[in-house]
Amino acid sequence: MIETIPQHGYLLLSTFLFCIGVIGVLFRRNAIIILMCVELMLNAVNLLLVSFSAYSQNSDGQVFVFFIMVVAAAEVAVGLALLVSIYRNVMSTDINVLSKLKG
Amino acid sequence: MNTLIYTSCLGLFCLLAEILNLRKLLVPLVVLGITVIFGVNYMEWNQGGSFYNDMLRIDHFSVAFSALVLLVGMLILVLTADYYKNEIHHISDYLAILIFTLCGALIMLSFSNMAMLFLGIEILSISLYIMAGSKRFETKSNEAGFKYFLMGAFASGFLLFGIALIYGVTNSFHLEKIGMYIMNHDATTISPLFYIGMMLMLVAMLFKVAAAPFHFWSPDVYEGSPALITAFMSTLVKIAAFGALYRLFATCFVGTLSYATQTLSIVSVASLAIGNFTALHQTNFKRLMAYSGISHAGYLLLAIIALYANTASALFYYSAGYAFATIGAFAVAIPVFHSMQNEGMDAFNGLGKKNPLLAALLTMSMLSLAGIPPFAGFLGKYYIFSKAIAAGHVALTLIAVIASMIGAYYYLKVVLAMYTKDSNDKTIEASPLYIMVAVFCVAMSLVLGLFPNMLMGLI
Repeated sequence: MIETIPQHGYLLLSTFLFCIGVIGVLFRRNAIIILMCVELMLNAVNLLLVSFSAYSQNSDGQVFVFFIMVVAAAEVAVGLALLVSIYRNVMSTDINVLSKLKG
Repeated sequence: MNTLIYTSCLGLFCLLAEILNLRKLLVPLVVLGITVIFGVNYMEWNQGGSFYNDMLRIDHFSVAFSALVLLVGMLILVLTADYYKNEIHHISDYLAILIFTLCGALIMLSFSNMAMLFLGIEILSISLYIMAGSKRFETKSNEAGFKYFLMGAFASGFLLFGIALIYGVTNSFHLEKIGMYIMNHDATTISPLFYIGMMLMLVAMLFKVAAAPFHFWSPDVYEGSPALITAFMSTLVKIAAFGALYRLFATCFVGTLSYATQTLSIVSVASLAIGNFTALHQTNFKRLMAYSGISHAGYLLLAIIALYANTASALFYYSAGYAFATIGAFAVAIPVFHSMQNEGMDAFNGLGKKNPLLAALLTMSMLSLAGIPPFAGFLGKYYIFSKAIAAGHVALTLIAVIASMIGAYYYLKVVLAMYTKDSNDKTIEASPLYIMVAVFCVAMSLVLGLFPNMLMGLI
């Protein structure tokens, strides 16, 4: 079923998603949107791993996806906690206010 | 492998200690625990082997680096007793997170599967995001934590994409199987996806070691984090990430090293130049140490570039010298910052008159970082440079030597500030713990510098 689409289709799609994530992290200024873009990068990787895994009849890639999901959840939990403490101090989620540290 | 299990258990014990009301006794117990784990690690020297379906592999390299990481962890944990004395209610959380950071580092030093590399890096990083932002009422600390988090998560994305591409080409996450793939193909038949994957992984690792041009987060993060955590990050993360990078290249990408050599050389030169030149005009001590860390990453990258000359011992010796010098410097700087309420370089003005012992200890740490004999920093540089020349990278070594001369200038600036500038009348009080740790670190720098064979023959 998955093979009806050629493998390089998945490769292109996930590279495209990954690039959207990267560009989002680099150019968006709202911390929550940036978090979403990081998630997009990680999910692009998940898609790529699952498709490689399905095409090569090797289940390692699918197991790896679980690791990524768990770690991504932990990462977002910590990221949101940091964001909440920033919001308490500066009342904003715009990362341009984070400019206290300069040399 | 027992090292890892016991360290994780110690972390869990710290969390339980909160319930058992052991907060006051916790730091001595944890230091004792790490000492025992250090012994357990020592016992693994002659055992080795692979564990968990060959996900982790214990060999001389991983045991030696684990010992260094545990020692660094122990020194920092000793200092937490004084550093967090006003936050006794949170001490068990802080200690637990610091110990989980150690677990991440231990995994990074003994992985033999990409999954373990990823998990190790993430355990190390996520713990450190929390610690960097742990002064939650200070905007600076929040900012440091969040910046570190964003950059770290971004780099993890690159790491994973690289791993995924390599998996697509080789059908395996196992380092040796990937190495076999490279062996069985010559440079022209290896899929281009493999090279892209390798470069993406390299970018992510260079992010973690803060090598230029991926260094921009490190001065901000180092400045904003609590000083003790800065000391922890600048030593532990660098050692663990370089250990992981070496392991990755030595067991997996060794066949395609020549492809990455040029990139690594450019990164190394850029780190040396940016690190040393930008450090010249820093006024904040933590930022100075961040740029110093960037330039040290440049020297350490030479050890990866010269991999064929078998640089594991040189890398280990240099990391040890760097770690002891940096922790020694911070063990003096933290009480000075605390007494002066100021983290600038002018906090050190006149320290030579006010507290000659602290000034002498900081001077010796700075001399070791600058690479002046008889300290370990000098021989570390010597070993790495001689290996790089043996591998044929003469021009690169020459640049590194010139960079280290420039580097000596800003380290000596700190020393000059202590002995020649006038001071105000604030007194500097340091708890004996700081002095003990600083004396130990300086003594280790001296001993390693005088008897380098203790470490050089190990790996």
